[in-house]
Amino acid sequence: MYQEVILDHYKNPHGRGLRDGDAEVHHVNPTCGDEITLRVKYDGTTIKDVSYEGQGCSISQASASVLNELLVGKELAEAQKIQEAFLELMQSKGRIEPDDAMEEILEDAVAFAGVSKYPARVKCALLSWMAWKDATAQALGGADAERKTA
Amino acid sequence: MTQLPGLLDTEAIRKDFPVLDRLVHDGKKLVYLDNAATSQKPRQVLDVLSEYYERYNANVHRGVHVLAEEATALYEGARDKVAAFINAPSRDEVIFTKNASESLNLVANMLGWADEPYRVDHDTEIVITEMEHHSNIVPWQLLAQRTGAKLKWFGLTDDGRLDLSNIDEIITEKTKIVSFVLVSNILGTVNPVEAIVRRAQEVGALVCIDASQAAPHMPLDVQALQADFVAFTGHKMCGPTGIGVLWGRQELLEDLPPFLGGGEMIETVSMHSSTYAPAPHKFEAGTPPIAQAVGLGAAIDYLSSIGMDKILAHEHALTEYAVQRLSEVPDLRIIGPTTAEDRGAAISFTLGDIHPHDVGQVLDEQGIAVRVGHHCARPVCLRYGIPATTRASFYLYSTPAEIEALVEGLEHVRNFFG
Repeated sequence: MYQEVILDHYKNPHGRGLRDGDAEVHHVNPTCGDEITLRVKYDGTTIKDVSYEGQGCSISQASASVLNELLVGKELAEAQKIQEAFLELMQSKGRIEPDDAMEEILEDAVAFAGVSKYPARVKCALLSWMAWKDATAQALGGADAERKTA
Repeated sequence: MTQLPGLLDTEAIRKDFPVLDRLVHDGKKLVYLDNAATSQKPRQVLDVLSEYYERYNANVHRGVHVLAEEATALYEGARDKVAAFINAPSRDEVIFTKNASESLNLVANMLGWADEPYRVDHDTEIVITEMEHHSNIVPWQLLAQRTGAKLKWFGLTDDGRLDLSNIDEIITEKTKIVSFVLVSNILGTVNPVEAIVRRAQEVGALVCIDASQAAPHMPLDVQALQADFVAFTGHKMCGPTGIGVLWGRQELLEDLPPFLGGGEMIETVSMHSSTYAPAPHKFEAGTPPIAQAVGLGAAIDYLSSIGMDKILAHEHALTEYAVQRLSEVPDLRIIGPTTAEDRGAAISFTLGDIHPHDVGQVLDEQGIAVRVGHHCARPVCLRYGIPATTRASFYLYSTPAEIEALVEGLEHVRNFFG
């Protein structure tokens, strides 16, 4: 479960720290106390920045770092595709063996495939991704973003 | 092998617990150190449970056939065993619930619906402590919100004990109920019952004690405690899940109103109103957890055959050893008392900046089962400025070798994340 990639992101997180944003959300994982405050900054539909501050286990912190690396600079539609692919992988209960196509979309995030076998840890991995989805909905206007992310 | 004075013959005891032989994660020996969450069950309890269903299963208190009578005798026999185990003056003071949470909720609801002099309302105060399990916080918050009563609490000292320095301001003439934990599930602290009870009695407040982490580990004497209510659960003391106990003083149980209504708890019912059965049945609506009560009775027989004083001595020796060994682990900080004095066998700690979830996961890979998180006592984590803890907790079958395995496991965790 603790892939080298995950430990690297945990020890050297990308884009950590709060910067200017269009919306801020605070998400918690009540079962273990992982917390994240996350801000998104958009330029039209391009993700200019995802900044975050939080505390929690290596899985939740590494996942936020991977999210930052993957999503910053992407168009919203593409980011949503990545988010959905990550969600699908994490909900797979270890049944999805990431193939080349998936790796192309998820890059470093495929390292979390092993985490999906541990129900107690899936929420840790998804915390920042759910926060990003929520912040995006707020930044781009509730109804509009809801439709786009649906 | 490390020998400590006061240890039980764990080699013999462990043979009674089939699950302790399990291998996990490709052949690693299970090191079960999550006893504060739930204990394992001895063969003696498992056999009684299956025997109950194989030979006696029937509903209680309502049949005239053989099985119903035998099942009733077994269920009520379990009540006798509980009463003797806690030195209750009367068996009728023992109410079966499904767990300690339900027992505490029952007390809160009795008081919310009670008449004077017990009634909790907007002019009155409820006192708890900052080290309570959520099950002894939330029911009182609910009661306070519904009645307008004021909720107050004792804070904690830096070394994990109750701060009673302002006891006279916390417990006042307005206090109706003081509810606190005897042994903390997260800090391990054994609380000074006498000082709190004395002050509560001075102002005429009732006292409720959460003994969930005490009943499994030490002799429990409700008369010596001088409390009005004592709550605990069966599954932490070698019994099955789904059975808890509320002990209450007889005259209170007679005066206080029922909470759940239904079968079993009534005397007569008409379409307009009902009268109630005497305690304890007044508080046991519906078909009770029969097999579970019988199983708890078997657990009590098992624990008593070993001796609660001996179990206490065993765990004290282990705790002393564990505290000493853990304090040698670099970057490890015990959250709670750092000596075995007035301390139970649940030890919470942090390990540098490594999150407890990661500590727990890497320990699990080595077959070591600990609990990580808030331990349903989030205010304690807030008080000590930590997100969560890792907790190792011992029981009568725990060994010094398991403590050594934990210490080695923690070394591995440090190297892994270091």
